[in-house]
Amino acid sequence: MINLKHPFNLWLFLFAVWLMLSGHYTPLLLTLGLLSTLLVVFIAARAELIDQEMQVVLIKPGVLLYWFWLAGEIVKANIDVCRRILDPRLPISPRMIRVRATQQTELGRVTYANSITLVPGTVTVSVEGDMFTVHALTRETAEDLKGGELDRRVQDVEQRF
Amino acid sequence: MLDMLLDILSWILLLGGALFLLTGAIGVLRFPDFYSRLHAVSVCDTLGAGMVLLGLMLQGGLTLVTVKLMLIFYFMVFSGPTAVHALAEAAQVSGLDPVEDDPEDG
Repeated sequence: MINLKHPFNLWLFLFAVWLMLSGHYTPLLLTLGLLSTLLVVFIAARAELIDQEMQVVLIKPGVLLYWFWLAGEIVKANIDVCRRILDPRLPISPRMIRVRATQQTELGRVTYANSITLVPGTVTVSVEGDMFTVHALTRETAEDLKGGELDRRVQDVEQRF
Repeated sequence: MLDMLLDILSWILLLGGALFLLTGAIGVLRFPDFYSRLHAVSVCDTLGAGMVLLGLMLQGGLTLVTVKLMLIFYFMVFSGPTAVHALAEAAQVSGLDPVEDDPEDG
């Protein structure tokens, strides 16, 4: 992770993003970009917003592998949900279930909760400590989630952040 | 030749994405309650929008446009589930009960 707690790091990051997004590299516009990013850092510092939560999760090979696996799961789940939407009998069996998150850190739990929601067929409704209330579209998606593969994989990728 | 191949692939992605967006919209209409409709919305903002963006990236080629599209994709992956979760939790907090199928084994 890149730590953005230091104002200079935050400025460097913001200016890099500005350069990437602008695409105009004339002296006038560069100066304006410089000034505006400095202003943002100044305002953020004054509002005391520069704190622990300012982190950028770097893309490391292990993390990237998780994203690719999740993308595959998302595609599979999408096709399943679309099949159910277009089926005239509408074969769904919605239910609320509770699952336990075994991740150690808050970032890990957020990743788990967001991954559940990102995969069609399951939506994280509420989070109380390490218990998630999840709405599942069908019995199969509920059973899949209770199987705990996603939980294990997030726990695994959590060590690599 | 390669240009044409990329063009065809990009159009497949764009049309496929459009198909998923349409299916998601049909799902929103057909599903019985608020919670199950969220799953249909999920289809739109993952594979639907994802495929459209990927198709547009192929059209953009190796330019700044593609970088921006990648950023849009990146933000969507994080803001989409957060927004869906916020909606779902708001519904639960305000006391909306889900339609449940045979709840005794759930």
